[in-house]
Amino acid sequence: MSVIAPDFKFSKFIQSLISDVVWFVLILSLIGFPLIMMILFFIPMPVIDGELLTPFLAFTYLADPSRTLPIVQSFMMTDMFKIMAFPGFGFAALLAAGTIFVERKMLAKLQLRVGPFYCGKFEGILQLMGDGLKLISKEIIIPAKADKPIFWAAPVLFVASAAAFVALIPVAPGWVVADVDMGLLAVFAVIGFFPIVTILSAWSANSKFPFIGGIRALFQMVSFEIPLILSLLGVVMVTGTLNLSEIAASQSSFPWILFLPVGAIVFFITMLAELERIPFDLPEAESEIVAGWLTELSGMMYGLVQLGTYLKLYAFAALFTVLFLGGWNGPMIVPQFPMELVTEGITLGPITAKIGGLEPLLTQLITPEMINGVLMFVLKTVGVIFFILLPRGVFPRIRVDMLLNLGWHKLIGLAFINIFIALALVYAGVLGPGGLQ
Amino acid sequence: MTNEFLPPGLALQKADERIMTLNVGPQHPGSGHMRIIVQIDGDYIVACDPDPGYVHRGEEKMAEYRNYITNIPHLERPVIHDSCNVLYPYVLGVEELLGIEVPERAKYVRVICSELNRCIYTMYWLAIYGIFLGHSTMFMWPAGDRELLIDLMEKISGARVTHAHFVPGGVRNDLPPNFEEVCLRQVNYFEKRIREYAAVFYDNPILISRTQDTGVLSREDAIRLGVTGSVLRASGVDYDLRKKEPYDVYEELDVHSNVMKEGDSYARSKIPWLDMLESCNIIKQALEKMPKSGSVRVKLKPNPKGKGFDSVYKRVESGRGSLGCHIVSDGKVEPYRLKLSVGSFRNLIALPYLLKGEKLGNMPSVYWSLNYWPVEADR
Repeated sequence: MSVIAPDFKFSKFIQSLISDVVWFVLILSLIGFPLIMMILFFIPMPVIDGELLTPFLAFTYLADPSRTLPIVQSFMMTDMFKIMAFPGFGFAALLAAGTIFVERKMLAKLQLRVGPFYCGKFEGILQLMGDGLKLISKEIIIPAKADKPIFWAAPVLFVASAAAFVALIPVAPGWVVADVDMGLLAVFAVIGFFPIVTILSAWSANSKFPFIGGIRALFQMVSFEIPLILSLLGVVMVTGTLNLSEIAASQSSFPWILFLPVGAIVFFITMLAELERIPFDLPEAESEIVAGWLTELSGMMYGLVQLGTYLKLYAFAALFTVLFLGGWNGPMIVPQFPMELVTEGITLGPITAKIGGLEPLLTQLITPEMINGVLMFVLKTVGVIFFILLPRGVFPRIRVDMLLNLGWHKLIGLAFINIFIALALVYAGVLGPGGLQ
Repeated sequence: MTNEFLPPGLALQKADERIMTLNVGPQHPGSGHMRIIVQIDGDYIVACDPDPGYVHRGEEKMAEYRNYITNIPHLERPVIHDSCNVLYPYVLGVEELLGIEVPERAKYVRVICSELNRCIYTMYWLAIYGIFLGHSTMFMWPAGDRELLIDLMEKISGARVTHAHFVPGGVRNDLPPNFEEVCLRQVNYFEKRIREYAAVFYDNPILISRTQDTGVLSREDAIRLGVTGSVLRASGVDYDLRKKEPYDVYEELDVHSNVMKEGDSYARSKIPWLDMLESCNIIKQALEKMPKSGSVRVKLKPNPKGKGFDSVYKRVESGRGSLGCHIVSDGKVEPYRLKLSVGSFRNLIALPYLLKGEKLGNMPSVYWSLNYWPVEADR
């Protein structure tokens, strides 16, 4: 499978990279810097080290790390950075993009074919970017009798709900966008939004197949929300908190899946149903109802729903990690930084190279513990995502009546068994206050 | 204008608030080149009206303007995946009309080609059955493993799908050198490979719970509606033309016809798979018994003619059931009339009876388990 494309030449590849860099520098220096200059000119500048920051000074800061790094550090502690980049949207979107690539390649290997291959020099790694560009460039067609404002708003609302879900996930100690005490309740509230958005999109399209798909999605999500909530109550009972960060921190010695395996299984199955993954992809069953509630969506509206779906997939997998697999806890595998190099600098003969301003960044913000926590979290989440993707290659789709039967009869019963297990553990004094941990 | 003169989609119906009419096809991933008008009440199908005819190509009329040899390439077009079996009754009929005796080796080559083509067709059918049930692995595996047998047919005839290999008087070319060895190897691997499908598809608990007891066609109904082939055998009627009316050398081979009693979608989807295993068995027997050398084709005069006014009806067991060909000759170089009687159309008749009262989710599995090929039904 890992055959290089026949006309691949490494020298050509390097050449194309160099030309890309040249273009990047050219565009940055001709457009980017003047633009920054203009923006800085209009923004009231703060006073730093007793001198007023002017655009000229700001440019000199770019070359001086001891002045730039504190700005970077203060920026990394803002809510904006958390929402946009690291524990929030950007990080989740990056993992979701990785998920799509892994899904396509893994499914291809399972089905004895190649999968994405030509887009991007290595194994079709840029295929997703190409698909995204295609979706952006496509015309958005709206059915004539659709309820247009709602039809337009539904995909945006879908992504917004998924992003709100992502915001509640703690990635490392202290690294969470919204650290609310009622974190798990907030998760339930956000999950409750998805069926509403789905039925809004399906109904407003005013078309038959989306309508059937929307009704199916509504059935599926509403009936699986109850076992979902019940299966997580066990974790709340043994930890005594709804705060997701505290739940993750409470698993420093062992993950809850060891004590509550039934709850973990129930949550995993309901997760598959909430995500509309095979074998529960009834709302999008193509041989019955074309593409279900996505039938009338076109262009980037469809792209937004796909983005929302994969963000939701990441968020559910991360929630499983936080609740049952111990979140960021794990063995310390990241080595300590050589701090004397940062504080004292590197001495090369007569020259001593030292980067000022790096020390507070490395001791306060990006510590080895934080990197290790993120690494553990990502590894566990990727593992869970892998198990979410796997059934797609193995199972056919099930039917609506079988789905409802599973949700209402079997999973709710199992969730109650899980609650009794948790209660027994707490009352026997094994877990909870005064118990293990 | 009353209802019975209108085409199905245009017929006037009583308005009912609860009933929704769905046009499944012709632009739908769950239909072939046809339309199924489905009326649903909630999740239940109240009525169903299959509407074939979107790919009608006038094969029968075309056959009246071409002579017996030039008819061959276009008569295989209805089912290009099963082209040898589609040509088989025509070739048998023309041989009887013209009074040609076929060499022994040609008969064995025909049986081998026919069984290979049955497997090629069934693999394609199985791939679509897999994707209709949402099982994407079962779409890719048969579509890939088909290539083994397509390569064999390419070695024999030179074309991957439309072989045009059967001609009145034998087959077009002799087998390539060293073919027996290659064929045995490929078929053995193919057999091993399709046995693996049981683990991922036929023994899959979700598949079994989804297709068992859905769309049940009882033995009496199957006989009454006149379905053929795998659909008939899945309802417990042991009727295989290779055993009941053996043509060419099938009577010298040990043919086992697979019968199941359930008559549901699961049985109907399993019979073609069992038939593929049986086909591998037949190919191996034929390779063993085939005369190692000899002629494979009787030389015909240019523009052969029938002897006066004459008619002949021949039928064979194709991948979709009994496939008959009625040829009427008036002593000219072209047939006076040619009628293809295909299994697909006979099986489609059962669809409205099976879908009534079923859930909408069962529609793809019941529809495709009928072993129906839209292009063949329209001809």
